[in-house]
Amino acid sequence: MKTLKCHVGMGEKVEADALVAKDNFSARYDLDRIKGVFSRPDHALAGESYHGKVLVFDTAKGGVASAWMLHEMKERGLFPAAILFNRANTILAQGAALANLSMCDRFDDGDVTDLIRTGDRLIVDPSVGEVTILRSG
Amino acid sequence: MKLNDEEQAMLAGDLGPARQWAMDHQIKVGRLFDAEDLVPVSQAHMMGDPEAVGIGGAEFLENLAAQGAVVEIPTITDPRGVDLNHYSPIGQTEEMATLERRIIAALGRMGVMMTDTCINYQTIMPPIRGEHVAFGDTGVVIYANSACGARSNFEGGPSALAAGLTGRTPRYGLHLDENRRATRRFVVSEQPRGLTDWGVLGAVAGKTAGSYWEVPVIEGLEVMPTSDEMKHLGAAMASYGSTPLFHLVGITPEAPTIAACGGGRLTPEKLTNEMMGAMRSRFGGKGDKLDVVVFAAPQLSLVEMRRLAELSAGASFSVPVLICTAPQVYPDAIRMGFVEKIETAGGKVLVGTCFYNGFAREIGEANGWTRLLSNSAKIVNILGGYGYQPALASMEDCIAAAIKGEVA
Repeated sequence: MKTLKCHVGMGEKVEADALVAKDNFSARYDLDRIKGVFSRPDHALAGESYHGKVLVFDTAKGGVASAWMLHEMKERGLFPAAILFNRANTILAQGAALANLSMCDRFDDGDVTDLIRTGDRLIVDPSVGEVTILRSG
Repeated sequence: MKLNDEEQAMLAGDLGPARQWAMDHQIKVGRLFDAEDLVPVSQAHMMGDPEAVGIGGAEFLENLAAQGAVVEIPTITDPRGVDLNHYSPIGQTEEMATLERRIIAALGRMGVMMTDTCINYQTIMPPIRGEHVAFGDTGVVIYANSACGARSNFEGGPSALAAGLTGRTPRYGLHLDENRRATRRFVVSEQPRGLTDWGVLGAVAGKTAGSYWEVPVIEGLEVMPTSDEMKHLGAAMASYGSTPLFHLVGITPEAPTIAACGGGRLTPEKLTNEMMGAMRSRFGGKGDKLDVVVFAAPQLSLVEMRRLAELSAGASFSVPVLICTAPQVYPDAIRMGFVEKIETAGGKVLVGTCFYNGFAREIGEANGWTRLLSNSAKIVNILGGYGYQPALASMEDCIAAAIKGEVA
């Protein structure tokens, strides 16, 4: 078990498996939100389901749509458990605030896409700025 | 965060539940970005297209309206997803139109002005240098910050609406001087000619900078961009890089010199011909079959409508050609005969929408469209994730291709 410190984030404490990519993220550019999968052919996670996962990316990309879309995904019932970034952008933070989705960024120990691997079991606790790796994937 | 008495009252719910939600939302976001306080803003511009908002978002807006929410400052809207005068012919459904109508009704009750445009800096009220605003379309924000010298973060729909309701926004990011200094110094190796070239330059700069927190400064330009060229430069940079601000040395207001924008200490990085060529050619080539041509993202100005009308005059398109313009531009384009020329050739002008935020996946499936051509570097970037194989060409080449039915 290992605990990573990060900036205090937003949303509830959650436990779920990690899905990691050294890539950036936009709900509009990258997802098929009806099927609940990454749909952009050149995205590192193309074809993967995001439902119930802790998504781990470098940063956010693209436009403003994700601010509504995280809420829309939650209402639809296909949504990630949390999103972790090296650095969030304003839109993803605003979207997480509206959707009450857990989000953290700025990790003390370096690149979060190296610190966490796909399949790791995580506890994300935004209120104190901690992500615990319960076991490796 | 430091809150004054009025802000405390909003948070406590003394000014109604809608302002309480808005203030709570702004504090959540502000805390994540270490905002010390809120800054008054003069205008808000919000994105609320039905594809992004969804049924849950429409209910959220209807609840706010039912609680008596009314905006405090002029609040305008980004393009809609459905042109309510022309949706079934392009494959949009009654359900999509109904959702659109619900959102329009809810926003109207809150006093939001349904301008439905992403070129408000050309058509409604361009902001002044140093003016704090809460704008909600990346193309609008990057133009306002870079060309006008105004101050805005990317404010998504909920945050722009919150700013409309409270008349302020958390003071972080581009509201602060220190985040407006250049962090990457790019040197052009070719001079852009025409809208698409400026878009390609923006795409390469944005892709290379690659983060909301980078501010590119570009030097070596010997040509002065028009407002439409700046629009394509900015929209593409924001799309490829999530970039909210750039400087052009000797052109944009915060960069009279490389030193003035903080770029003097940075190592120059060349944007090579190879990088520009790779950006152009990754989107398909000559002789490829074509399903549809789209001019949008951003909406076309009157000057672009005029050029398109010139190119369309007397022509006959063999594939569908869709053009998205602003409701403020459309009446002039009708009056001056531009729309007639375009539509006689077989094109269709859509009003107050933008192609990519109007259920593009469903439209593509309904019409069997995959091979799409556009002169917008932004739209070809977005539509790759929506099941299209988009290609990029100048407006002139797009029209030639539309006549021929293949990439010319």
